[in-house]
Amino acid sequence: TRSDTHLSPFSPNTMRLIIREDYDEVSSYVANYVKERINQFQPSAERPFVLGLPTGSSPIGTYKKLVELFKAGELSFGHVVTFNMDEYVGLPRDHPESYHSFMWNHLFKHVDIKPENVHILDGNAPDLDEECKKFEAEIARVGGIELFLGGIGPDGHIAFNEPGSSLTSRTRVKTLAYETIIANARFFDGDVSKVPKLALTVGVATVMDAREVCITITGAHKSIALAKCIEEGVNHMWTVSAIQMHPKGLVVCDEDATLELHVKTVKYFKSIEHVHHSLIGAENLSLQGGVKQLRIPAVNTARPATPLNGPYE
Amino acid sequence: MVATASSSKISKIVNARLLLDHKIVQDSYLWFQDGKIIHPQNLFFDQHRDADEIIDAKGALVVPGYLDIQINGGYGIDFADNEGSLEKIQDDINTVAKGLLQYGCTAFCPTVVSSAPEVYNKVLPLLNKRKGDAKKGSEILGAHIEGPFISHEKKGAHNQAIFRTGKNGVREFDEAYGPELMKGSEAVSIITVAPEIEGVIDVIPELAKRDICVSIGHSAATISEAETAVTKGATLITHLFNAMLPFHHRDPGMIGVLGAVDLPVPENPLRHPAASNTSPYRNKPDPRPFYGLIVDGVHVHPNSVRIAYYAHPKGCVLVTDALSALGLPRGVYSLGGRDVEVDDNGAAYIKGTNTLAGSTITIDQSVRNFRNFTKCTMVEAIEAATLHPAQVLGISDRKGTLNPGGDADLLFLNDDLEIQRVFVYGEEVELHKTK
Repeated sequence: TRSDTHLSPFSPNTMRLIIREDYDEVSSYVANYVKERINQFQPSAERPFVLGLPTGSSPIGTYKKLVELFKAGELSFGHVVTFNMDEYVGLPRDHPESYHSFMWNHLFKHVDIKPENVHILDGNAPDLDEECKKFEAEIARVGGIELFLGGIGPDGHIAFNEPGSSLTSRTRVKTLAYETIIANARFFDGDVSKVPKLALTVGVATVMDAREVCITITGAHKSIALAKCIEEGVNHMWTVSAIQMHPKGLVVCDEDATLELHVKTVKYFKSIEHVHHSLIGAENLSLQGGVKQLRIPAVNTARPATPLNGPYE
Repeated sequence: MVATASSSKISKIVNARLLLDHKIVQDSYLWFQDGKIIHPQNLFFDQHRDADEIIDAKGALVVPGYLDIQINGGYGIDFADNEGSLEKIQDDINTVAKGLLQYGCTAFCPTVVSSAPEVYNKVLPLLNKRKGDAKKGSEILGAHIEGPFISHEKKGAHNQAIFRTGKNGVREFDEAYGPELMKGSEAVSIITVAPEIEGVIDVIPELAKRDICVSIGHSAATISEAETAVTKGATLITHLFNAMLPFHHRDPGMIGVLGAVDLPVPENPLRHPAASNTSPYRNKPDPRPFYGLIVDGVHVHPNSVRIAYYAHPKGCVLVTDALSALGLPRGVYSLGGRDVEVDDNGAAYIKGTNTLAGSTITIDQSVRNFRNFTKCTMVEAIEAATLHPAQVLGISDRKGTLNPGGDADLLFLNDDLEIQRVFVYGEEVELHKTK
């Protein structure tokens, strides 16, 4: 069931590309967007807001800003249920590099989220396949994910769904690519043998099943991936491209990430924001991109001067 | 890795600046349960436990409780006083332990000056290790027995008639102190001896084996005698500068140990200062001992404090050497059977002389003075009264630290390092408002 019926009836299928100056502005935008979505949703114990969460360097700024919003009293996580994207297999839960530790240090320890509302895949479960099935079942049990936040890798992958992952994939065990293991060694004292080789990850379809998906893409090293995912076809070599088929996709990026996009693409999306805000008005837009009506122009009592107006009019 | 299944209350301190890992950290929180500091991550994910009580520190500095490893008494009570019944002496000890909480001292070593064997036999059993309690008093970490195996020349306010030598080896020590000495660190945490006294040097390793910290002081030792004592296992110098030979450029005496380079690298790094820029070896523990400093401004000139500190920063331990006059107005009091007089500066002299007998300074005032005298950082000043004394006693995993596993003895301080709140094993102490 769609839970956004209290919003404007005009909630068309949209893919929005929001471009901001730098990492900080992108983090602020996403944090504020999440805050507005949760507050407008008015979650309760019976009807919680279900949020999908990523790890990595992209969301750190967003989490920091969310903590600030919580401390300023503008946001509560009391009725928010979360599902994380992934977790290493075989790493102790309290290892400093586990995703449990990441989420604890960057978000959970600072805010008022209830421990039983937090779901992170258990990389030490005795039966990993069972664990993945249970995770999917739990998502279904709470009514599906309302908003899934994510980032992408330089090769356009989302979560651990690396190039070649099926676009219809679901939560499962993945063997990490050699490149990924090398890249992660820096977090394990530079020792490749200490890096986990397997991970549990949500599938591409698991993410795309969410009612809304918001992907953060910052930095020049992600620019090719952004271009492939937005301007080219939907294909499993660039798994985030699946967002093109999503009814409600939102991509938030910084100027550097647009470096490989066509100038026309960037100008198009920037102009849409401009039209929305200057000519339609924020008051006529719904949070998720729907448009109620045009702005009513202010009535101007002074008649504009035209050649038909004589000097004695 | 197995998380405790305790269902007791979990407390979380927010809006605090914590002293963690030698730094002051802003965006962190302190969690404790059952009187111990915990790492709540596993409780959150495994037992779905969250904080039951939130304590708002309102921006205060949260640091470990102070340790005082040399204090002779207070409130008119002298730990070496053996008059009266055992109940009376026990009550007296409790009175001091309770009073010390007001100054943020959450653990201490009751110090007993040179006394006859009868005194030790009566008093030492009452000074065994005892857990702290927010209502009943500060934790007792075992006694500090100062003398009688010390130098006549450097007796300070001690009664030299009962000084003795160690010519019969460790038997002499067991005779002097009684059976409590055999209990090692359960009863006696620190012993102060003068290394040049006959027989003492060879007993040092015996005492160290009983897990007692051997401290050198009240001594006229030369630099080589002092270094030998450290080589034999002494890990502390008793109130540096006081009751020892003054610094002479050709024989710096015990003070010169701070400049030692050739001491053997310690096997047990736990009871030695950490390496610093002034250490002989940068990546091994410092072979030099710790040293106590009385920072009331009277016992040691502030400039001398500064010189000693920067020669060996990681070894500095603030001690009060407070005597029975602590917490009382100026007048005449007793210490080890002798009359001492407290003047307006809070300094105590043997009545009618210029010989210092002790101080009336509190440990929290010591931390403030120390910071002013040396212009060191807040972290350094606090560590000299928390981490370093805990290292001396080999208990830095549970005292003088805010790491998980530590005892939840906490102080909330303002930016002037004045005490706002005190906690012992996670329970708040009721502070008397002084004005």
